[in-house]
Amino acid sequence: MTAGRSGTVGRPGLVLEVDRSTPPTMFWHGDGFRMERLPVGSRVVYPPEPAVPLSDPTAAIREALENPLGDSKPLSALLRAGMRLTIAFDDVSLPLPPMQAPDVRQQVIEAVLDEAARAGVDDVVLVAALALHRRLTEAELRHVLGDRIYDAFAPTGRLTQHDAEDHDNLIHLGQTDRGEDVELNKRAATSDLLVYVNINLVSMDGGHKSVATGLASYRSLRHHHNTHTMVHSRSFMDPASSELHSSNWRMGRLIRDAGVKIFQIETTLDGRSFPDAYGFLNRREWEWKARDRATFLGAKTALDRLPPRLAQTMMQRTRSPYRLTSVQAGEVEAVHDRTIDVVLNQQRVVVEGQADILTMGLTYLGPYNVNSIMNPVLVACLGLGYFFNSYIGKPLVRQGGVVIMSHPTPWAFDPVHHPSYIDFFERVLTETTDPAEMEAKFEESFATDPWYIHLYRTGNAYHGVHPFYMWYWTAHALDHLGAVIVVGGERRAVRRLGFRSASTMQDALEIASDVVGRDPTLTHLHTPPLLMADVR
Amino acid sequence: MPEVPAISEAPTIPESLSGKRIAVTGATGFVGTALVERLLRSVPGCEVIPVVRPGRRGGAEARFARDVVRNDCFDRLRDQLGDRFDDEVARRVHPVAGDVTVDGVGLDQQAREALASADVVVHSAATVSFDAPLDAAVEVNLLGPLRVARAMAGGSSPGHLVAVSTAYVAGSRRGTAPEASLEDTPFASEADWRAEVASAHRLRGDTEAESRRPKMLDRFRREAASELGAAGTPLLAARAERQRGEWVRNELVEAGRARARMLGWPDAYAFTKAMAERALVAERGEVPLSIVRPSIIESALAEPKPGWIRGFRMAEPVIISYARGLLREFPGLPEGIIDVIPVDMVVAAVLAVAAAGPPADGPDFYQVASGSRNPLRYGQLVDLVQGWFTEHPIYDSHGQPIVVPEWSFPGRGRVQRQLTRATKVLKGTERALSALPVRGRRAEVAGKLEERRGQAERALSYVELYGSYAECETVFQVQHLTSLWETLSEDDRRLFCFDPSVIDWSRYVREVHLPSIVTHARVRTAPSRKGRSQRSERGRSAVLAPERHLAAFDLENTLISSNVVDSYAWLATRHLPDLARAKLAARLMVEAPSLLALDRRDRGDFLRFFYRRYEGAPVSRLREDAWELFNTLLMTKAFPSGLARVREHRRLGHRTLLITGALDLVIEPIRPLFDEVVCAKLGERNGRLTGEMVAVPPTGEARALVIAEYAARHGLDLGQAVAYADSTSDLPMLEAVGYPVAVNPETKLAAVARKRGWHLEHWNRAPGARPTLLPMGPRIRGGARPMAGRGR
Repeated sequence: MTAGRSGTVGRPGLVLEVDRSTPPTMFWHGDGFRMERLPVGSRVVYPPEPAVPLSDPTAAIREALENPLGDSKPLSALLRAGMRLTIAFDDVSLPLPPMQAPDVRQQVIEAVLDEAARAGVDDVVLVAALALHRRLTEAELRHVLGDRIYDAFAPTGRLTQHDAEDHDNLIHLGQTDRGEDVELNKRAATSDLLVYVNINLVSMDGGHKSVATGLASYRSLRHHHNTHTMVHSRSFMDPASSELHSSNWRMGRLIRDAGVKIFQIETTLDGRSFPDAYGFLNRREWEWKARDRATFLGAKTALDRLPPRLAQTMMQRTRSPYRLTSVQAGEVEAVHDRTIDVVLNQQRVVVEGQADILTMGLTYLGPYNVNSIMNPVLVACLGLGYFFNSYIGKPLVRQGGVVIMSHPTPWAFDPVHHPSYIDFFERVLTETTDPAEMEAKFEESFATDPWYIHLYRTGNAYHGVHPFYMWYWTAHALDHLGAVIVVGGERRAVRRLGFRSASTMQDALEIASDVVGRDPTLTHLHTPPLLMADVR
Repeated sequence: MPEVPAISEAPTIPESLSGKRIAVTGATGFVGTALVERLLRSVPGCEVIPVVRPGRRGGAEARFARDVVRNDCFDRLRDQLGDRFDDEVARRVHPVAGDVTVDGVGLDQQAREALASADVVVHSAATVSFDAPLDAAVEVNLLGPLRVARAMAGGSSPGHLVAVSTAYVAGSRRGTAPEASLEDTPFASEADWRAEVASAHRLRGDTEAESRRPKMLDRFRREAASELGAAGTPLLAARAERQRGEWVRNELVEAGRARARMLGWPDAYAFTKAMAERALVAERGEVPLSIVRPSIIESALAEPKPGWIRGFRMAEPVIISYARGLLREFPGLPEGIIDVIPVDMVVAAVLAVAAAGPPADGPDFYQVASGSRNPLRYGQLVDLVQGWFTEHPIYDSHGQPIVVPEWSFPGRGRVQRQLTRATKVLKGTERALSALPVRGRRAEVAGKLEERRGQAERALSYVELYGSYAECETVFQVQHLTSLWETLSEDDRRLFCFDPSVIDWSRYVREVHLPSIVTHARVRTAPSRKGRSQRSERGRSAVLAPERHLAAFDLENTLISSNVVDSYAWLATRHLPDLARAKLAARLMVEAPSLLALDRRDRGDFLRFFYRRYEGAPVSRLREDAWELFNTLLMTKAFPSGLARVREHRRLGHRTLLITGALDLVIEPIRPLFDEVVCAKLGERNGRLTGEMVAVPPTGEARALVIAEYAARHGLDLGQAVAYADSTSDLPMLEAVGYPVAVNPETKLAAVARKRGWHLEHWNRAPGARPTLLPMGPRIRGGARPMAGRGR
């Protein structure tokens, strides 16, 4: 194995069985934490400890660019003077929390730009692969790319953000054999070379999904971002069993066959999600040292006492000390196969059998509220979309079981980033929480609302249809579960989501007993840091 | 062969009146309507000539058809006659136009002849309101019957005038009141009716003149301004003039009440009626005269149906206020007699008097009252009412039954003092509150206070107006009426019952009167909670009906909780170094109160003054910054429900119009929501702003013009248009449209909206929105200019 392809795993993940001597388990609870004593016999699934990072990331990146995987020439051989080069990159929904500078994307893009300069390529455009996400602010772009790239590209208009509603700058490449439209960013699709720079935080990311989703239009996205696909993606975190990925792969192959030349660069991070100040978050409770206990107490007390607004700001400012564990470059599928191996290798935890109840503590942060507010719809999406689906094989909780999530779920929305969420919450969820019904009845009016499109294109707003996608993300869980209970949430908001509300974990377990009986088995997903449960 | 009834010695009432032409004044009133119906139904042979004041729409015929025949009084007859009803009415009823408040009865020649040739004229026109202005009461109650008598005297052989008066002409006094001319009663007042007429006319002139003195005019103008704020000259002028009219009216009401009290009558009504009797007796000339004096006329005992009542009369508002729990106390003597008489008995008595024919010598007097034959004690009435409402409570807006208070019958003075004090305190608090810059739900506190004050004032006026009737110690004799009763045949007694001794008070109050007035008052009689939310739901769906075609919006505090100062501060600090930013912010904070005051005085002046600060600002940079301003400041301060409403109107195909004093470049990002934007625009020179507006800013009454022009240009009807605004400076715009909506109204607009029943919306910023404390632009790193952009 070369210096570029490491990913050596630290201490593996662990399934702990709670006994009388087990200390209380830490639950994330939005901007704060809860300590819960789980019933004896419960199982707690801990993520593996952070992998060993690459010692020289810069060298590893260079090496990857010159030693591509699959059917691809080295990057230097693909570049020539006079060509049109487009570099697309993942937006701020990755990684979580945002990493300390320099960001991996900056490191990779600087290396690509060095190569381009060497080859004499003048026509270079950067494009943030937003799909229907919000535009990045100047500060965010500077964080992702670094001041040097920003100042070189932004003033001349060569730093762009993908606009899925700019019909003059989209190109329809055709339909897949399943009738799926493929419509992409025209500049990217018509360039002589499209370099895609990815961060593969979870196994859902990357591969053909990078271009086929990140640079696509609503017309194209709706073929896989829908209820049917999501119910049939079991899970969407497991590309092999994911209808979402099958669709993206069909599209990716069509893109390749249409002649779009893609040079894919994927990176993996070490799982060190939180800085040393929050060291206890990276460790298991019974291994907490005096310092961990002290920082935990300090943090908890501060967060509990601070006005919510300040607590939120304090947490949102957290920057992770992620470091690179691998970088792969070259042909999309070959690159992604390797990447997925690394990610699963770093995150996989084997769990024997399903439980009646799955508990999880939800953080203040999901992919869609970076520098923003985690609104109730995003709470549902993080718990029932992301965490519920963090499995290979079968869900951690049995069919008809119960998920108990801990989150304050405030009735709060960011009017700049999530304007359509406000209307979704008021107009759609008041009528139905059924993904298929809302898809049929409401999706189109939100997706085509000119005001949302205006805000998406000129402001920093998610596309009008985005809250629907977030709700579809929960479709598989809603289909699978017997009940969802939120501990410590704002009752009105929780009820609006169609979930049940409990003030304590004990109450939640009482409520759950209506569904799963008096003596249920319980699994707690102790994340983040992230893990993939391999349930057997 | 059918049995022929034995012919009684005297003809029956229908027989006597058969073939007669009977004119009725006041046919649209309570007694008049019942009288016309009775004549049609029970006296088949007569012709009825109602003298009706022509309405604004159509003449006397139309008004009679609309205001009399359509009344549920005629339901019984309509059922009896079926298809023949309309023919019967057309055949026997011939309305003529006439107005007793105008000299010569306002009759044309034909109508005058009709009246002069009538065999019987029943005069029942009167202003029953106890608090009419003195001159109006004199005109209608005093001069009205006189004019009728004079018109009748014009005929060759004048008919029989039956004038409906009131038993309370006897005045506030203890003891019995005989059925005799006031001159012949032991306690007649010496007042001269001619002098009273003259002084009432003079008083009207004097009060009008007084109200036009500069000091008074200034006062009305100030009152209007304090109510409406900066609503623009035309509206303030109209309001001030109305204020003046109200003042004159109140002065005359007070004058009437004071004069009546001084001379020993409870109010101007009884006083002017008494003067009218005197005038009639003295001036009737050849016209044979009978005067019928009913006491307090209430709902029908049996005819045309039990409980029939027209209009909200004297006791009803008091009873309903009591049932609502608003009258905690009411004066009165529990052992005193409250003299109530059902309307059908009054009508029967009037017909009997008419049938009996003109009196042989001098005028006749009949009192139709229950007090001496079958007294209803005030205490008994209160018990009956309390008992009934305890069994059948009415419900408040929360769906809770209202518990009626227990009265302890205190003296009138004490109740009056308490209520006066409460009114004053509430008024003071209200005034203090309206000066505070609150809006939205907080402004509703002022609304509640106003409601409370209104209730206290109303209670006070009931006590002042009707208290004396509950404390009345007069017993009205009915010997004359009784002897008339005794002459009647069995059939007449059955058909035309006016014997008060047949009334079972408990049954009448509990089974006839109260159920009827509860229905009339449309109060909540079931514990439903709909009320308010239903009303606001109705308002919303009216505003969003497909027929609406235009929705005009104000911007500041209607769609966005921001203002021109915020935007300016943000834009001005955007490119300043830290120290200068702080200085500018501090300067604005110091200036804030004077800016606010200027804004309240005149929005146009404020904008003109404030926008000078933009002088010299580079246009292209402001244009760019405006998008940033929108994304970081305005969106966090916007009301999502407001923006949703604009889009809902668009979805329904309505045109949307934004009318704002904000600058064109600031509102550019929200332009896509609207079909047209009317806003302030500054002049440009060499790529920089001049600080002067290129046109008059759309404020105050200009907004009404803008929306009217827009509607005219697009062929739209303003009556179908909707307008949204938050302050009284937008009143002209709100008033211009058919569907005004007050959004988060400030106190003054909240008061206006409540009075006019306008739809209210409370729109808030997005829950969780975190606008910056100081409206300052974010600092820029690196000094590099443009944002990475999609094409805009």
